[in-house]
Amino acid sequence: MLFRGKRERKLGDSVAVQLEGVTKRFGDVRAVDNVSLEVRDGEFFSLLGPSGCGKTTLLRMIAGFETPDEGRILIGGKDMTDVPPYLRPVNTVFQSYALFPHMNVEQNIAFGLRMKRMPKEEIARRVAWALELVNLSGFEKRRPDQMSGGQRQRVALARALVNEPEVLLLDEPLSALDLKLRQELRVDLMNLQERLGITFIFVTHDQEEALVMSDRIAVMNRGRIEQLGPTEEIYELPKTAFVARFIGDSNLIPAKAIEPRKVRTSLGDFVLDDDDALIPGQEVLLSIRPEKIRLFRERPSLPNVFRAKVDDIIYTGSENLYILLADGQRLMCETLNHDIQEPGHEEFDYDEEVWVALTPEKLVVIQEEGHA
Amino acid sequence: MKRILSFHAGLVFAFLYLPILVIVALSFNQSRFGVRFTGFTLEWYARLFSNERILEYLTNTLIVAVVSTAVSTVLGTLLAVGLVRYEFRLKNALRYLLYVPVVVPDVVMGISLLLLFDVVRDAIGWPRLSLFTIILAHISFQIAYVTLVVRARLVLLDPTLEEAAKDLGATSWQTFREVTLPLIMPGVMAGALLAFSLSLDDFVITFFTAGSGSTTLPLYIYSSVKLGIRPEIHALSTLMVGVTVLVILLGVLFWKKR
Amino acid sequence: MREAATPAQRLRRVLLTVGPGAFWLVLFVLIPTLIVLVVSLMSRGSLGQPVPPFGLHNYVRFFSDPLFLEIIGRSLWIGLWSTLLVILLGYPLAFYIAQSRYKEVLLLLVVIPFFTNFLIRVYAWIVVFQKEGLLNAFITAFGLPPAELLPSTLAVYVATVYTYLPFFVLPLYAAVERIDWSLLEAAYDLGARPVRAFFEAIFPQTLPGLLAGFLLVFIPAVGTFVIADLLGGGKVTLVGNLIQLQFGSAQNWAFGSAASMVLMAMVLLGLWLYARTQGERGLDRLV
Ligand SMILES: Nc1ncnc2c1ncn2[C@@H]1O[C@H](COP(=O)(O)OP(=O)(O)OP(=O)(O)O)[C@@H](O)[C@H]1O
Ligand SMILES: [Mg+2]
Repeated sequence: MLFRGKRERKLGDSVAVQLEGVTKRFGDVRAVDNVSLEVRDGEFFSLLGPSGCGKTTLLRMIAGFETPDEGRILIGGKDMTDVPPYLRPVNTVFQSYALFPHMNVEQNIAFGLRMKRMPKEEIARRVAWALELVNLSGFEKRRPDQMSGGQRQRVALARALVNEPEVLLLDEPLSALDLKLRQELRVDLMNLQERLGITFIFVTHDQEEALVMSDRIAVMNRGRIEQLGPTEEIYELPKTAFVARFIGDSNLIPAKAIEPRKVRTSLGDFVLDDDDALIPGQEVLLSIRPEKIRLFRERPSLPNVFRAKVDDIIYTGSENLYILLADGQRLMCETLNHDIQEPGHEEFDYDEEVWVALTPEKLVVIQEEGHA
Repeated sequence: MKRILSFHAGLVFAFLYLPILVIVALSFNQSRFGVRFTGFTLEWYARLFSNERILEYLTNTLIVAVVSTAVSTVLGTLLAVGLVRYEFRLKNALRYLLYVPVVVPDVVMGISLLLLFDVVRDAIGWPRLSLFTIILAHISFQIAYVTLVVRARLVLLDPTLEEAAKDLGATSWQTFREVTLPLIMPGVMAGALLAFSLSLDDFVITFFTAGSGSTTLPLYIYSSVKLGIRPEIHALSTLMVGVTVLVILLGVLFWKKR
Repeated sequence: MREAATPAQRLRRVLLTVGPGAFWLVLFVLIPTLIVLVVSLMSRGSLGQPVPPFGLHNYVRFFSDPLFLEIIGRSLWIGLWSTLLVILLGYPLAFYIAQSRYKEVLLLLVVIPFFTNFLIRVYAWIVVFQKEGLLNAFITAFGLPPAELLPSTLAVYVATVYTYLPFFVLPLYAAVERIDWSLLEAAYDLGARPVRAFFEAIFPQTLPGLLAGFLLVFIPAVGTFVIADLLGGGKVTLVGNLIQLQFGSAQNWAFGSAASMVLMAMVLLGLWLYARTQGERGLDRLV
């Protein structure tokens, strides 16, 4: 998995968008439930979560299309909770693009500048710049319905960016495109964001997209933020079972603390290497990523070792995915498809009995009440 | 089955067109009475055009139709936008009020406006029954039709387009002018056309709200018909049917081109 | 959707859009209707104008006089039968048009009378029914004595059906156009015979259009006074004529208002029944 966070990124210290206890109800549904967060200047910030978790609603409140029932929204340090959308220094790339069907590409892009009563020559200059930016020079006179999905997406992007917003809001801008185009545009979007230094708030339900593109991610579930942090942290250290399950694949093992750094599971007693000490008797969940599990033919002299049987093998080219059974519990284990057969990287067969080792540093403890 | 259907259709179309064709034919008939065709003449048309009052009635009719359509189209379009896009108290009451002019019989609407004008005139000595009161009355029923027609178009309009406009810095008014209005224009035009033809066609409500000197063509036709059959009325009717057909055909051609 | 805005901005927006139209409707629709209600409770002044005392006397008079009850009955009766005749003529026609190769032309042929001036359409029947008219020309051609066809109930029926036929065909045609014919095949497939299959598979699909068309004909047919006035002259009195008379030569606005309220109540009753089965979308079909 490639993370955005691994690259060198310098972010401003000032806060671009700040939400304080924002709640939005639709009838009985709490679409957004007491959300507080800060998005920093120049950051690529993602709102990630399953369908219906309230991402769009949250974004619409930042844009000004919905009013929160409770809480405040600050943009660039100013309270904008009741400020109408046209006075906010943010622009939106809509999921459906929302290009004006009665205007051509040029007119669409010029719209925001025209509303600001910018001089004609200045508008023309900036529109040309924006078209160049998204590689659509020459398409000025096309109508939206004469363009492909990817081209429309880029027009929508240019139409928003040409206004030089402080914050760009993107609601699943890539979801309507096919996989290949999506992957290309990911890179384009990241480069654009870096070049222009504009804060992006990016809504997606695609965890891979979020992991690849974002500096930080807020994982949402049922209107609440489950976890907010730098991309790597979200992946490596899920704080809730929901996050562990939703981001990538995770093996979750119920456990009970018997010592501050030792737990008992049906697979055996495991030692942990966690900063937070546990209270003996506490029920927790252990989470470990499939690629962090190591398999051995001979019993290795490592901590946290137990026996399991290979139940199924899925070859995905560069990786082997083993489905293991141990005491009725299914575990996923991913190993690279090496030629070298050294301990921990061997290849196994169906029904083979193997030794499983869970490295203490890679075992993430999820302390969640009534782990869902 | 097909044969029965087409026979039936033939009869119904004959029923629909026979009376109209009789009038058209008689308008060119020399004989003043009866339906025997005694020879071709344009005399009745000549008499019609020599009647200067007719021109006045036509002008009255058109003034009423144009002014009332203009006002009701503006008010009705705004009303539709507000009803579809905004929430406010008494919205439901307003929605039901909107159906009243559509479903209440013309006579009732006519006398209710007559009473209103009478009550107001008793109080402040104004307005006299005139073209002005006819226009007020026509707007009152047209507004409902325009609103309902425009609203039907408006609910099909993707609201994110308007949001996109506001997102790009357009105020509510700019959004309406630049995005909403151009996109619902076909609905607005349809509403205006309907309002215009309703005004031209209206007799009953005009009848109760017209005063002396504000005779419109339908009022003239009614009073003439009360006096008995006159070939000039055949001629006038023929002309009006002709204009109707012409306008409809032009409308169809225009619509097909687009 | 509830866009961010201060309460003042919100109020301004509503006032600017809904305000003028709502004001107009209140002033020229709601208030006049209330005036009619109030006047219907008043008495006739020496000049015909409504004056106190207030009371239900106009309604008492209306419902205790068999003459007026007969007028109500006749209006409903003629309205109902005309509407049924319209359906009889219009329902198959809509199907014929929808299946015809020339449907655009045929539709146009329905639209032309629809937009032809109402008075001209009524007038045309005078020409047909009058003593020296088309019908009598036929009758006398067979050597029979000319008939007195005007004024007559027959003429009122014919002209009512004629006038409102296009009102029915157009909405019904819209419903027929949307019919899902595969249901008919499904019905055949399940062993239904043609007539049965039609009533099971097709008729229900046309029902909303049929009901809307019914009201579009019934309401004006019950409320008309022009047709009965010109073709039934004195012989056929409907509620509409009664109202016109009270506001015209009889000079009894209070009683005329009461008659209007009765007519309105009849219409609203029909509408209420309709709205209960068809909902608000049904009301939209009436435009
Ligand atoms: N205008 C509205 N009226 C009523 N309920 C709404 C409205 N908008 C959203 N909701 C509800 O609020 C919840 C959150 O919706 P939202 O659109 O924010 O989800 P989302 O995370 O964007 O989902 P998706 O990934 O499917 O776009 C859902 O339960 C939805 O049904
Ligand atoms: Mg969404």
